[in-house]
Amino acid sequence: MKKFEGQALSWGLTDGVVELALHREPCNEIGLLTLEELERFAAALEKVKSEAHALIIYSSLKCGFSAGADLKELFRISQEMDRDEAVKGVRNYLERIHRVMNAIDASPLTTIAAVHGVTFGGGFELALVCDLIIADKMARFCFPELRLGLIPGFGGIPRLKRDLGNAIVRDLLLTGRSFNATKAQQVGLVSQMVAEGELLKVARATALQLKKFDQRTAMAAKEFIKPIPYEELRREIEIFCELFAQPAVEAGLRKFSESSEAQPYLP
Amino acid sequence: MLTINQTLEEILTLAAAHFKVAREKLAPDDDFFRTLGINSLQTLELLTRLENHFQIELPDYELQGVSDFRMLAERIQARL
Repeated sequence: MKKFEGQALSWGLTDGVVELALHREPCNEIGLLTLEELERFAAALEKVKSEAHALIIYSSLKCGFSAGADLKELFRISQEMDRDEAVKGVRNYLERIHRVMNAIDASPLTTIAAVHGVTFGGGFELALVCDLIIADKMARFCFPELRLGLIPGFGGIPRLKRDLGNAIVRDLLLTGRSFNATKAQQVGLVSQMVAEGELLKVARATALQLKKFDQRTAMAAKEFIKPIPYEELRREIEIFCELFAQPAVEAGLRKFSESSEAQPYLP
Repeated sequence: MLTINQTLEEILTLAAAHFKVAREKLAPDDDFFRTLGINSLQTLELLTRLENHFQIELPDYELQGVSDFRMLAERIQARL
């Protein structure tokens, strides 16, 4: 576990703090490569739990934390298959990403997402598995999936509902809009907001503070306050796959993948 | 309360500073995608910068069809 340098992710363990850096160009889109490396990370995290007390997930790219699922790859791969095969492939992908997300969500470590810039779709969902979200004031959050005729598929809805309640989920999901870190802090999603360039310093200081507490107690507190909504997560995969089989999704993905418009990330 | 012209001026100044472009190169009726040479992710950066500066919330769907600074100023003015 001590150190890993991948094509999409890197991680290391120093003084009891695991740091997972996302660095896949252009903006940490989560495709098969990232998924494979996340799976390696989840397996490594399990082995290191006796040596670590905290995990920080951050992006080393300027554009932001993550723009979400790799839609261009999804479109390209699904075009190489018939519809049934494509839905089966998507289901397999979702099952795998859910296993990774659930593993991080249930980790005995206290987990911190240190986010800046674009924190969209699957990237937002990755941040939501963490216990704390610390945001640079230029961070921006969004579930853009309905624009493609889909719902978020990496566990975002059940987790955001768990953390914030239904009203804000409906606003984000049904309008497809993004909101900034100030708003995210107002609604209770972000627990600390920091000035630009100060993000990792604050996340590391927070991880240092966590070291002062007994890890078993912290884990018990986390299990009590942050139950994993397994049943809703299963239902999410079912709904996502039902929607993915609809022709509107192919049209939406094609438009996104082939568009030369300047505004593909704007609703 | 700022006037629309003051809002417009502040937007131009902020955009120039954020994207490191000389202020005098930006005009109210410029297509900001073209003038600044920015993509949609950078447009969201500008939106966040403007929201933080004006202390407003501007849903990004309100940017549909907005491509020049003057229209952007009108959308922001409606939220002040």
